[in-house]
Amino acid sequence: MDFSFLAQQVINGISLGGLYGLIAVGYTLVYGILRLINFAHGDIMMIGCYFAFYGIFMFSLPWWASFLLAVILTAAAGILIDIGAYRPVRNAPRISALITAIGVSFLLENLGLVLFSGRPKAFYRPEFLSEIREIAGVRILDLNIWSFVLTLVLLGVILFIIHDTRTGRAMRCIAYDMETTKLMGVDVNRIIALTFAIGSAAAAAGGIMWAMRYPQINPLMGIIPGLKAFVAAVLGGIGNVTGAMLGGLLLGIIEILLVALRPDMAGYRDAIAFAILILILLFRPTGLMGQKLPD
Amino acid sequence: MTELFRAENLTMQFGGLTAVSGFDLSLCRGEIVGLIGPNGAGKTTVFNMIAGYYTPSEGKILFEGKVLNGKKAHEITKLGIARTFQNIRLFPDLKVIENIMLAYHCRIRSSFFGAVFHFPLYRREEEEMMRKAMLLLNEVGLAESAEEQSSSLPYGKQRKLEIARALGTGPKLLLLDEPAAGMNPSETQELLDLILRLKEDFGLTILLIEHDMKFVMRICERIKVLDYGITIAEGTPLEIQKDPKVIEAYLGEVRTC
Ligand SMILES: Nc1ncnc2c1ncn2[C@@H]1O[C@H](COP(=O)(O)OP(=O)(O)OP(=O)(O)O)[C@@H](O)[C@H]1O
Ligand SMILES: [Mg+2]
Repeated sequence: MDFSFLAQQVINGISLGGLYGLIAVGYTLVYGILRLINFAHGDIMMIGCYFAFYGIFMFSLPWWASFLLAVILTAAAGILIDIGAYRPVRNAPRISALITAIGVSFLLENLGLVLFSGRPKAFYRPEFLSEIREIAGVRILDLNIWSFVLTLVLLGVILFIIHDTRTGRAMRCIAYDMETTKLMGVDVNRIIALTFAIGSAAAAAGGIMWAMRYPQINPLMGIIPGLKAFVAAVLGGIGNVTGAMLGGLLLGIIEILLVALRPDMAGYRDAIAFAILILILLFRPTGLMGQKLPD
Repeated sequence: MTELFRAENLTMQFGGLTAVSGFDLSLCRGEIVGLIGPNGAGKTTVFNMIAGYYTPSEGKILFEGKVLNGKKAHEITKLGIARTFQNIRLFPDLKVIENIMLAYHCRIRSSFFGAVFHFPLYRREEEEMMRKAMLLLNEVGLAESAEEQSSSLPYGKQRKLEIARALGTGPKLLLLDEPAAGMNPSETQELLDLILRLKEDFGLTILLIEHDMKFVMRICERIKVLDYGITIAEGTPLEIQKDPKVIEAYLGEVRTC
């Protein structure tokens, strides 16, 4: 096994893992402030892809405008889901919210099947992203380079929002103690809605990049990346944004390396993610970067 | 003196337990009123109802003539009622000054996008918030600790920070839940002076829960005594000290032997 082969696999792993990470950020943000696993997160990503698809093929928007609009609309969809589904059960026991999340997930998937049909649709990939370059013997698709750059930029923006803005300060306070934050005069519902918007926008961006890789979409496409992103979030320490990104990268690299080194095990690719989840939950439930959770 | 606050027949039931029943209270602007009673009497529950944290089972709360029932906690804060907590509830990971800046949230206008792109309005508001927060820290003597994490403050200072944070919301009525708990006599004395000074500087009306009787008797103009959720006495510190029902509530066991 030579170096460039290994380097190639690691690069592939990073480009896949970056997307897991970006999607995982949404999981982790919502979990961090609501202690809710938003199982619909992968499906929100799917919705984002369809927004982008219809923008291009039905409304003939230029691809960049369609992608941008899709991200914005998905953020709005995230807010609507929060207001319509999660807000009414906010004071109910946590299990009710969890079941609601599973319900929203099924709803979106089946709504997708009805509205968009179950047949996969070819997704658009701009010409300039389809080139393959060779750097030091490693072949990289331009799309993957740009995806990774964009992912890092988005991660930077999200970290900036959390740590350096007033909204982020309120998010951190809600994460620590929602009741006290309310009593300090913060409109908690508004901040939570914004959190859903940010997480959903990240999911849409990740989903669109995901869709361009394959390049096709279908209404159930969110399930696997959604689950993988969940594993990534737990791996990194759920509630921790940087951790989610690192968890995603690690998961991507492990997955790709497994397939590359043991092609006979390729069928176990998805199982690996869940084995990691189980191991983490057993031995280090707070994840790699997680601190002790409050309460 | 004009009335600022009125509670009528406030009652709070938790399942079969009536924690507070038929609680009436009227506060005039500028008053300091004490709420005392043995452990579990329902004092904190009264605060929780006023702050909108609990929904009263019965009764009415009026603040500056407006009915508070049904309003959300953050709306009540915005109307001008702020509180501190019996067990300190600061945000330990935030800096001291950030704890106070959070309290200004309810008084600002700029939007989320303003915050992300640091629009001029956002920046102006943020600077203004910072300046006001520093002034508040100065008032309570915590200015040098502004950049420290709030969890690193000693206990007495955390109590003061909680008061400063409550003031950050711009209250007219301040609810203090056992502010002197766990303080030594000299700290208690300092706190007493601080509360009186803040009351003057900020034009506050104060409702205060406290177990330290000397503290209550010295600071409060009027005292209400709760026992098992029922108001058993009301009056000036002198009257309360002599009231046989109060003595019994506090010293019940002593009397029976
Ligand atoms: N959320 C709740 N659910 C059930 N019971 C409660 C709740 N909050 C308070 N209680 C009960 O109501 C009663 C009054 O409690 P409260 O905390 O108001 O007392 P307190 O006067 O503040 O006492 P302390 O001096 O110990 O702080 C207690 O019996 C308490 O157990
Ligand atoms: Mg109490």
